[in-house]
Amino acid sequence: MIDEPTLQRVLGSALRTGGDFAEVFAEDRRNSSALLDDGRVEELTSGRDRGAGIRVVSGDTTGFAHTADLSEAGLLAAAEAAAAAARGGGGGTRTVALARRPASRGYEIERYPGDVPKATKVELLTRADDVARSSGGAISQVSASYGDSRRRILVANSDGLLAEDDTVRTFFAVSCVATGDTGMQTGRESVGHTVGFELFDRYDVDELARRAAARALTKLAARPAPSGQMPVVIASGGGGVLFHEACGHGLEADLVAKGASVFRDRVGQRVASPGVTVIDDGTMAKEWGNIAIDDEGNPAQRNVLVDDGVLTDYMWDQLRARKEGRPSSGNGRRQSYQHLPMVRMTNTHLLAGTDDPDDIVASTERGVYVKHLGGGQVNTATGDFVFGMTEAYLIEDGRITEPLREGNLIGNGPEVLQRIDALGDDFAMGPPGTCGKDGQGVPVGDGVPTLRVSSLTIGGTAA
Amino acid sequence: MTDELLSVADRVVAMARVGEQVEAVVVRGTDTEIKVYGGEVESLSSARSQGVGVRVVVDGRQGFAHAATLDDATLSETLAEARDNATFATRDEHAGLAAPDGVEPPRLDLHRPELEAFPPEAKVALAAELERAVLGADPRISGIESAEYVDGLSEAAVASTTGVRSVGRETSCYLATYVMAAADDEVQTGFGFSVGREPAQLDPRRAAADAAARATRMLGAVQPATTRTTVVLDPWVTAQLLGIVGSTLNGDAVLKGRSLFADRLGEPVASPLVTLVDDPTDVRAFTATDADGEGLAARRNELVRDGVLGRFVHNAYTGRRAGTTSTGNAVRSYRSTPSVDCLALALVPGADDPGALVAGVDDGVLVQEVSGLHSGVNPVSGDLSTGAEGIRIRSGELAEPVREFTIASTLQRMLLDVQAVGSDLEFLPMNAAGVTLVVADLTISGS
Repeated sequence: MIDEPTLQRVLGSALRTGGDFAEVFAEDRRNSSALLDDGRVEELTSGRDRGAGIRVVSGDTTGFAHTADLSEAGLLAAAEAAAAAARGGGGGTRTVALARRPASRGYEIERYPGDVPKATKVELLTRADDVARSSGGAISQVSASYGDSRRRILVANSDGLLAEDDTVRTFFAVSCVATGDTGMQTGRESVGHTVGFELFDRYDVDELARRAAARALTKLAARPAPSGQMPVVIASGGGGVLFHEACGHGLEADLVAKGASVFRDRVGQRVASPGVTVIDDGTMAKEWGNIAIDDEGNPAQRNVLVDDGVLTDYMWDQLRARKEGRPSSGNGRRQSYQHLPMVRMTNTHLLAGTDDPDDIVASTERGVYVKHLGGGQVNTATGDFVFGMTEAYLIEDGRITEPLREGNLIGNGPEVLQRIDALGDDFAMGPPGTCGKDGQGVPVGDGVPTLRVSSLTIGGTAA
Repeated sequence: MTDELLSVADRVVAMARVGEQVEAVVVRGTDTEIKVYGGEVESLSSARSQGVGVRVVVDGRQGFAHAATLDDATLSETLAEARDNATFATRDEHAGLAAPDGVEPPRLDLHRPELEAFPPEAKVALAAELERAVLGADPRISGIESAEYVDGLSEAAVASTTGVRSVGRETSCYLATYVMAAADDEVQTGFGFSVGREPAQLDPRRAAADAAARATRMLGAVQPATTRTTVVLDPWVTAQLLGIVGSTLNGDAVLKGRSLFADRLGEPVASPLVTLVDDPTDVRAFTATDADGEGLAARRNELVRDGVLGRFVHNAYTGRRAGTTSTGNAVRSYRSTPSVDCLALALVPGADDPGALVAGVDDGVLVQEVSGLHSGVNPVSGDLSTGAEGIRIRSGELAEPVREFTIASTLQRMLLDVQAVGSDLEFLPMNAAGVTLVVADLTISGS
């Protein structure tokens, strides 16, 4: 995207006002998407975004500017703006020698979506529509969407780092509305991986459509969710967002440093039940949160956050790690070249335990079985979090019985981690997610085995 | 400057072929974001961004493409891509661009040169003043997660082969802070903000006082017992719920069978106390605008009057398909085709201030913040369940703070259960204004 001599000159210029650290992040992204709704292929969209963000750090101050102009003149102008924003004290020039750092994700993209005819993508949508609509007369509306992106990034900084990555993601989703005597209900199913069009070798669109339809149809017969506290069993793959919210965000070093996390000063202490091991792993091949390098050029890592119930480490970006004199954990990510990087998760998951999933349900007298969770939100300072149930059932006498209408669950991160009293041996990753923080969205994955929380507050309306 | 954007849009439109409808939306923005921490600038970002979105409709098929550079080669490529994309769409007799409908844009005063002339040092000083004010507001304030100043100048132009030629330009700025209060081992949080079109309208002391009050009054919060009760919603919470109610009244959802109010025009859907308008021509609204995303004049639409559903909102496509016309409610960025949404919702305020409303509640909860709305409200089924925190109301008095509970109902029931609308209309940085709202008979789920 940008040659090395130009990068060196731009970094040198960025440091001219005396900054301690400068970085060029360049990005070239192509997106394509297709949407079918209401029985029609409504539109295909193509987009291209390209530009660079330049960061200058001077003491505790970061200056940042971005430009869509990747010429040397454009980059120098942005470098000057970033340097002015950081307002370092001294002057002088610094020469930056760049050393290219190899980045590999350990697998190849088999079929670049850009090489796939648009008609082939559209065909997936119409098939999903047909299958979903034939799942039952109560299915009253269907939408299906396809999306792919190819994102090339280049990072160069004044420490001499030079790294590049080329990331391809492909996504597919089906949403259904079912209409019955009780009103309307919705069901959605989505898949996304850091792969090309081979996504559809692994997933059958027909099956996704059937599952989305079934989810909506099931809920037509659902009763209001209970209110109050009871045990909650979360299905394998369906509830990784629980850990993303309950502890993931609270282990981001930028929040910890400001005292805005319930997990501050807790490293080395027991924060979860024995057996609970939480990992954030950007290297998980093909998963939605997979990266070869983070958006600061550091290689993706497998980071153990909680080991057998004990808090082992936080997640770090370059800025916080520099301050603490430790390496980054490869968690510096940003939505685009227009944004500053922050500490972000990648693929956050809980390792499997040894319990038989059927036994976990069978040993639950009365509770809620959550097959599928929606999004969530956490207040990291207090640890209070919520997440939505998009498919859930009542457990009565150790058996899964009636479906429940949608509702939120609410809990407190540190308390819930201590209340995990069963862990299944059936780990699975869940559907693709977008994690929002400070207005920036990045793709993240999550996963869990079947597990039970001995008590959570269910936000329904029934007694 | 804005004329330059219109000329870019005109250039795209001029490339249309015979039998083709072409629309270009061109935007440009300048944004500054300053975060202060410990009296120092933590980060200062300054950014200029731009983009073009091109929509082509030919033979009842629509295609779209966007790009972030505005040179002629990119414009041609983007148009060609949109044209190619159109060939894959299903033919739709209602597809088509908006055409001028004779409604004059309100020409609101949304652009302030004072913002453009405001120097970076003064912006930093405002953010620093905010941080100082927060830290000094109460001895129990233990830290700050963020104290920031943000401003933006945005310009947009829309032109089309159907005769639309629209330009708009606006400035906005805000101060926002998110703070922590501590007592013993307990930490609680609160936010505060101040919004304006120019820096002189910003009030750091008020933002700081709000944040400090919200955080400190939560200290000592306990989980309430599960019950059914009356809730008093803070304006901030009401505004978020109104945004969701608005999404159920959008013509696209109605036409596609995703609106729970689809068959209810002319029927009572809310308490008679509820009159809901969408009025982007009210210059006080943060989202006030002269024109919608298709370049049609923004206008005032009364959606619910005295509880009776009066109308849905439309863009050109959904209006045509519904057998009516656009209500000026096309919403988009340059990266997307126009969707439909409310632009600036507000409830017509009632007579009583928040204090009087609380005094009228024998037993209930004042909800000052909700969380997980995106996962907890299903706008198709109407099921509603959201995390909440606030203050117990006992015998008309604010009592102990409560947290870690949910409030649940359905959108349908909540609208019918409105007991009072406050007099405290407040314009907030979102597409709905806030007002204190009293709603009976919600389920509080706690211990």
